[in-house]
Amino acid sequence: MSEAYKRGFGEAARDKSPVATVTVALTVNGKPQRVTVEPRMTLLDALREELGLTGTKKGCDRGECGACTVHIEGRRVLSCMTLAAMQEGRRITTIEGLEQNGKLHPLQEAFIAHDGFQCGFCTSGQIMSGVAVIEEAKAGWPSAATADVRSPFSLGDLSDAEIRERMSGNLCRCACYPNIVDAIAEATGR
Amino acid sequence: MHPFALARADDAAKAIVAHSQDPHLAFIAGGTDLIGLMKDHAARPERLLDINHLPGLARIEARPDGGLHIGALAHMSDVAADLEVRRRFPVIAESLLFAASGQLRNMATIGGNIMQRTRCAYFRDEDDLPCNKRRPGSSCSALHGVNRNHAIFGWSEACVATHPSDLAVALAALDPVVIVRGPTGQRSIPFTDFHRLPGSTPERDNVLERGDLIMAIDVPARPEGRASHYLKVRDRQSYEFALVSVAAAVAADGGRIESVRLAMGGVAHKPWRLGAAEAALRGASLDDRDALRVAIATSFGDARPLAHNAFKVELAQRAALRAVQTAGARA
Repeated sequence: MSEAYKRGFGEAARDKSPVATVTVALTVNGKPQRVTVEPRMTLLDALREELGLTGTKKGCDRGECGACTVHIEGRRVLSCMTLAAMQEGRRITTIEGLEQNGKLHPLQEAFIAHDGFQCGFCTSGQIMSGVAVIEEAKAGWPSAATADVRSPFSLGDLSDAEIRERMSGNLCRCACYPNIVDAIAEATGR
Repeated sequence: MHPFALARADDAAKAIVAHSQDPHLAFIAGGTDLIGLMKDHAARPERLLDINHLPGLARIEARPDGGLHIGALAHMSDVAADLEVRRRFPVIAESLLFAASGQLRNMATIGGNIMQRTRCAYFRDEDDLPCNKRRPGSSCSALHGVNRNHAIFGWSEACVATHPSDLAVALAALDPVVIVRGPTGQRSIPFTDFHRLPGSTPERDNVLERGDLIMAIDVPARPEGRASHYLKVRDRQSYEFALVSVAAAVAADGGRIESVRLAMGGVAHKPWRLGAAEAALRGASLDDRDALRVAIATSFGDARPLAHNAFKVELAQRAALRAVQTAGARA
């Protein structure tokens, strides 16, 4: 972590001098990285502009479309709605980090098998979200589609209606929704 | 976004002092509302203090007495997934699950959730249209503008906005306290006093003062808690703010209501508690729709719809009826 960031606001900031940059150390797709950014740079822009990881897409840039979905510490988040400078020490996974040893992630395979995309712009966000949806269901998380949240939830309860609700933060203007649901359903192994 | 400085807080006391001494400093936790406001130029803090690393503020604790302690930095998703929260207060879990998206729930915190600002399109407009909440004294564009999503209760000529939080509606029904630490110490604010009506100062959403930091929300044990439900009515099936929403919690014996707690969202500048209806519903049979309807109507005599939202008066009463029956079926 940069000394300036740890130290708090210096006198410079109070005097409205030019805003200082911040150097952040983080792990992206298993690789330690350092980026020097203005505090206002979003994680999305840092991934795309500083690290060249353009698989993560900028759709609305307002937290409405889900195209920028990445994982922070294994959880799906919107990279357009968080600051790169707040990610010190965190483990980030983007679409580029899903394949292992040249082999696609099972959900990536399922998207191809089920034709889960057309133009492809939302696809990396859809897949990052879908991978997390399966993990959340395994962890027993209910959703707004769950009939009674008082009961435990398990992966076997992940119906098409559950998948649709849990994926509602990822928009697809080509409307590939039925195929996206099928791809995620297959990847759950049901 | 405009340029700003960012620092990380490791100590609550120091963070509170910094906030109390600097009118241009804002706390940032999940950031899902603040960053959107900054992108729309509706908030322009010069300094952000990242409070995500303050110790001990993310706990979710099921208390032995049946109550619940929710730390201000607990994420929406973790609270919604907690099995004790789901069993003791399903209305809390449901209000969270019906809000935002899976990604946003992983980021947003409980403290930030109740601090989120209105979704009024005039308030959030990038072109900086007249809005007393954004620029006090500039007038309210929604009062005679497009006000389909706006208030039917408690509004003023200065502001007709509604509060967007679903969780706040569930909490308003359960009467918890917000534990706040400020420069002079810690205090507990009854939840229904936390948010304000707009009056002549709509720029203030709640009663917090500079230097105040939300530490936690404490929900006491409630006999109605286990039979509770959150019903949200919106233009889309998912990932949308409420037109109207209802939090209902019912204690019943043999199908007859012993006590009920009812709060509504999407109808006022703060979560709107239906006190008159709660009193009138006592003793009613959960199967007697006509009796329930008449009892609920007692809270709507003072509804004042605007040009485009008269539908909310009827919609809200129907939603309240269904929520009471659904919650009651869990009793």
